Amino acid sequence: MISTQFEYTRATSLDDALAKLGAAKGDAKLIAGGHSLVPLMKLRLSEPKVLIDIARIPGLSGINAKDGAIEIGAGTVHQDVASSALLQHACPMLTEAAAEIGDPQVRNRGTLGGSLAHADPAADYPAVMLALDATILIKGPRGARTVKAGDFFQGMFTVDLAGDEIITAVQFKPVKAGAYAKLHQRASHFAIVGVAAALAVENKVIQGARVGLTGASSHAVRLTEVEQALAGKQISADNIEAAAKLAGKGLTDINSDLHASEQYRRSMIPVFTKRALIRALERA
Amino acid sequence: MPTTPVLPKLVGQRVKRREDPRLIQGRGTYVDDIALIGMQHLAFKRSDVAHARITAIDTSAAEAMDGVEAVFTGAQIAKFLPPMPIGTPFPSPEHRAVAVDAVRYSGEPVAVVVARDRYVARDAADAIVVSYDPRPAVVDVEQAMTGQPAVIHPDFKNNLAVALVPSGTGVSADGSKVDDSAIDAAFKNAEVVISQRMVNQRLAPNTMEPRGVVAHFEPGKGTMTIWSSTQNPHILRTFIAALTGLGQDQVRAIAPEVGGGFGAKINIYGEEYVTAAISKQLGIPLKWVEDRSEAFVATTHGRDILAYVDLAAKRDGTLLGLKLRLIADIGAYNMLLTAAIPTLTMMMANATYNIPAVRATLTEVFTNKTPTDAYRGAGRPEATYFVERAMDMLARELKMDPAELRRKNFIKPSQFPFATQTGAVYDSGDYEKALDLALKHSQWDRLQAERDAARAQGRLVGLGLSMYVEVCGIGPSAALPTGGWEHSQVTVERDGRISATTGASPHGQGNETTFAQMIADQFGVPFEHVTILHGDTGVVKQGIGTFGSRSQAVGGTALIMAGAKVKKKMAKFAAALFEAHEDDLVFENGTISVKGSPASAKPFASVAAYAYVPVPLPDGLEPGLSDEAFFEPTNNTYPFGCHISMLEIDRETGEPKLLKLVAIDDAGNLINPLIVEGQIHGGLAQGIGQAMIEEVVYGEDGQLLTGSYMDYALPRAIDFPRFELAATVTPTPVNPLGAKGVGEAGTLGSTPCIVNAAVDALSEFGVKHVDMMLRPEKLWRIIQGGRS
Repeated sequence: MISTQFEYTRATSLDDALAKLGAAKGDAKLIAGGHSLVPLMKLRLSEPKVLIDIARIPGLSGINAKDGAIEIGAGTVHQDVASSALLQHACPMLTEAAAEIGDPQVRNRGTLGGSLAHADPAADYPAVMLALDATILIKGPRGARTVKAGDFFQGMFTVDLAGDEIITAVQFKPVKAGAYAKLHQRASHFAIVGVAAALAVENKVIQGARVGLTGASSHAVRLTEVEQALAGKQISADNIEAAAKLAGKGLTDINSDLHASEQYRRSMIPVFTKRALIRALERA
Repeated sequence: MPTTPVLPKLVGQRVKRREDPRLIQGRGTYVDDIALIGMQHLAFKRSDVAHARITAIDTSAAEAMDGVEAVFTGAQIAKFLPPMPIGTPFPSPEHRAVAVDAVRYSGEPVAVVVARDRYVARDAADAIVVSYDPRPAVVDVEQAMTGQPAVIHPDFKNNLAVALVPSGTGVSADGSKVDDSAIDAAFKNAEVVISQRMVNQRLAPNTMEPRGVVAHFEPGKGTMTIWSSTQNPHILRTFIAALTGLGQDQVRAIAPEVGGGFGAKINIYGEEYVTAAISKQLGIPLKWVEDRSEAFVATTHGRDILAYVDLAAKRDGTLLGLKLRLIADIGAYNMLLTAAIPTLTMMMANATYNIPAVRATLTEVFTNKTPTDAYRGAGRPEATYFVERAMDMLARELKMDPAELRRKNFIKPSQFPFATQTGAVYDSGDYEKALDLALKHSQWDRLQAERDAARAQGRLVGLGLSMYVEVCGIGPSAALPTGGWEHSQVTVERDGRISATTGASPHGQGNETTFAQMIADQFGVPFEHVTILHGDTGVVKQGIGTFGSRSQAVGGTALIMAGAKVKKKMAKFAAALFEAHEDDLVFENGTISVKGSPASAKPFASVAAYAYVPVPLPDGLEPGLSDEAFFEPTNNTYPFGCHISMLEIDRETGEPKLLKLVAIDDAGNLINPLIVEGQIHGGLAQGIGQAMIEEVVYGEDGQLLTGSYMDYALPRAIDFPRFELAATVTPTPVNPLGAKGVGEAGTLGSTPCIVNAAVDALSEFGVKHVDMMLRPEKLWRIIQGGRS
C-alpha cells in the first residue's frame, strides 16, 4: 500500500493551481480530499509524478444561494453538503446523497469536485447532478466555461474535463421535491444502484421530472423513459409504479460484478426509482 | 494508628480496562513503532498468479537501485533457512518461506528485498521480474478432490492433504478400526432424515494491526531479539531458534502491543523466519510490516469447510444419529495448526445433545488459495453451524418449536462430566437453563407474535435460535505439541508493589486488568499497586500464549497458584514479625494483621521490605518474595450458550437487516463482566459479519476477488442492533477459578441463529437452507423463485 514516488505542491490560488497543472504537462493530478485518488495510488493503479493540492485554495469551497440558484464550491467536503441547513431545506436529495457516501472519514475529506471529476460509475453525486440538471463550472488555461451535467459524464471515469482544467463549482436550481434512493454495496458503500429523482409538481400533477441513475452502467445517465412517462401525469401510485417499471429498460451496458449480477442490477433500477419517486413526492 | 481505606473485592466487578487509555490515545507501542539504529527494511515480491512454475527471476534492476542492500530469491534463502515446520502430526508437503521453483497461491512470496527504507524496498520489489510457466488453478474444492484441474503437490494424490479421518461412534480412539453398525442402525431406524450440503465460507481475519516483525541478530553476542505482532511469543521463540540454528536461550521474542489476532497470529509465518534469518546473515536489524493488501493474501484465512450433514430422528423429535462429512479447503499449504482446526469441528459435532450415534469424517484438500488456520472460534463455529442448522431444519420438518426440539434432546445436568461420541469430555453444563433464560430475556413468545404480525403485513420477518457449546481453556498437554500448561511468576517488590508475569499473551483480552484484579484481591492490596507483565520471553520465563480462549482459565490459574506460593512465604515473614502463626494472618486493605487483632496491622510494604532486608532472617527462609507456578489443566473447558435473533428481509431487494440479537453465554465464573461483555460483543460482530456480509471469494483463475475493503465487507456499527446480553453461570471443575473462557464464544451461536432467522423469514418460499453470506441477490433470487 505504498505509492510510487511523487512530488507534492500546494496551490495558493486557482491561477496558481492552473499554472502548476500546465507546467506539469500531463504528469500531475489534482488532489483535494484524496479519497478516490490516494487509494488508486496506493495500489499503484495511478502513478502521478506530481500532486497539486487544491484543498486550501480560498473560495473554492462553500455553499451559497444567489438569484434562486445554489452554487457549491468544488472543494466542499461531503459532510458540509450533508449537514448544510440551506440544502436540507431547499434541496434535500443532495444532502441525502451526501450523507450516504462512503463512511465518515470519506465524508469529512472527500470533495464534490473530486467526486465529479473522478466519475466513478458507482459514485452518488453524478445521479443527483443529472437530476438537478446542474451546471458544472470549469476553469482552464483557455478561460472559464460551463458544462451541463448531462454532457459532462461521458463514460467510465471519463468526463468533459481536459487535463489542464479544474472544476471550480456546480450551480443548480434547488429542487424541494427530490429524493435519492440507493442500494448500498456493503463493503465499499458505493451504489449498486442509486436513483435521484427531481420533480416539479403543481396541483397534484407532475409537470416535469428529471431522474438520474448511477451504479448501473459505465456512467451516470438520465432515465428519460421514466421522465417522459411521468410528465403531465396525476400523482397516483399506479402512475408512479408504471413509470418506475420503465426505468433502465433502454440501458444496454448494465454492470455485473461480485456484488450484483447484471440481472439483479437491472431489476433493482425500477425498485429504487420507485422509492426515489415516492419520497420525492412526499416532499412536493 | 492511621486508618487505612477499605479496598473493595475486585474479582467479579466491572473494572474498566487499564489498557484502554493508552491504546485509545495512540500511546501504545506496536511493532511498527520500533526503530533500531542501522535498521533496514524488507519487502516481499509476491506471486501475482495462483499456480505456476517459476522459470526465471531477474533481480538485477532491483539490485541496482539506490538504497537496496540485498535481494534474495527463494533459492538463495533456502540455502540458510530450512522449510517451514508445522505444529500438527499430519503429513505435509515441503513449504519454503519464499517459493523456490513453484508458486501455489496468489500472494506467495518469491523474493525479498532488503533496503534502507520501506519505500525503496517496495519499489525494488516491483522491479524484480519473475517469469512463470502457468498451471491450471485449483479453486473448486470438490473438483480438486478428483485431482482436477491439477495436482498441487505431487506427493499428495488428488490434492488430499488429509484423506478421510473418521471419528465418533464405532471408531476406535486411534481411528484405525471403524464399526458402522450403530450409525447405520440409527439411520435405518429413523422416521425422518434431514440431509443438507452446507458451506461455512472462507473468511479473512482482518486484524486492525496487520502483522509485522523486527529481528535483531547481534553477531557480537550471538543472540537474536525478535519483535512480532504475535499471540504467542514463546512459541515464536521456539520455532525461530530451531530454524535459525540458535538455542532457545539465545532468542528473545517480544510481542509488544498487538492490535488483534483473532487466531491468525498464532501461526509462525514465513516473513518472521525470513526476517530473522536474513538479520542473522547480514548481522543488522531488519523490519518488515505487512500492508493491508498483503494481509488479505499473506495472512492465513479462516473457516472454509464444506459439510454434508445428515440428521436422523424419530417423528417425536428424538435424535437418533448424526453424520457429518467434512471437506476442508485448506489452501495451498499446511501452516502451524491448519490441519488441526477442522478436527475441532469433528470433536464438537456432538453439540449440546444426546445423540446415540455420531459419525464425523474429515477430508482436507489443497487448493491454490491462501492457507487457512485458526480464526476466532477455529473449528467450533463450523460444528455449531452445521448441527444447529440441521436442528432447525428438523424442527421445520417436524413442525416442532425449535426451542422445544432442542430441549427434548439436551444433555442433562446430571450427565456431566459427559463423554461425547466424538472424543470430548464436557466438564459441566446446564443447557436448558441457558435456553430458558434466552427465551425469557428475548421475550420469545412476544417476538413470535411480532413476527406473525409483521408477516400479516407482508413483511419477511424471521426468528432464529441456536445453542452452542465450545471447547476452551485449551488444554491438557496431550492436546498441544507445545504443551498445554501456562506459567506465571509473582513478585512482591521491595516497595510492596506486585509484579506478575503471565505466559498468556493478551492482544485485546484485557488480562492486564483482570489479572491485576485477581492479584489485588489475593494480597489485599490496591489494584493500582499491581502490574501484569506479558509478551516478552526475556521477562516472562515460560509460556504458551493466548488462543483457544485459554488465558483466563489456564493462565489465570497459574497466576493465582504462583501468587499463593508468594503469599505463603510472605505470611512466614509476617509471622516472624508478629510472633504469630502464619495461618493466623489477614491480608487486607494494604495491610497484614493478626486475625482478630486489627490493631496489630502493619503496612503490606513494611513486611515486603523486611523480606528483602531480613534481619534477622527467620529460620528456614530465603530472602525475597518471588515464586512461579505452572498450571496443567486436566481437561479443556466447555462454555455454552443460546443466541436468538430476529431478522427482516426486504421483499423487493433481498437485503437482510438484523433487528435483534440476544446472547446468553455461560463462561463459568466471571472475573470482570465488563470485559466479558466486550469479548462477546467482538465475537458477535464477527459472527454477524460471517452470517451477513463477509466472504472471501476467488475467481476461476485463483485470483482473490475480495482483496480490499472495497470488496470485502467488515461489519460496522450500522450493521448491528443493540446487543442484548445475559449470562448463566455454571463453573467448571477443571480449574479453581471456575472460569471457562469467552473470547471466541460470540462467533458460535450468532452465526447459525441469524441464518436460522433468514430461513424462517423466507419460509413462505419453501426454502430449507441458504448458505452464508446472506448476499442480497441470493435472497432476492429465492424470493423471485418463490413467486414464479
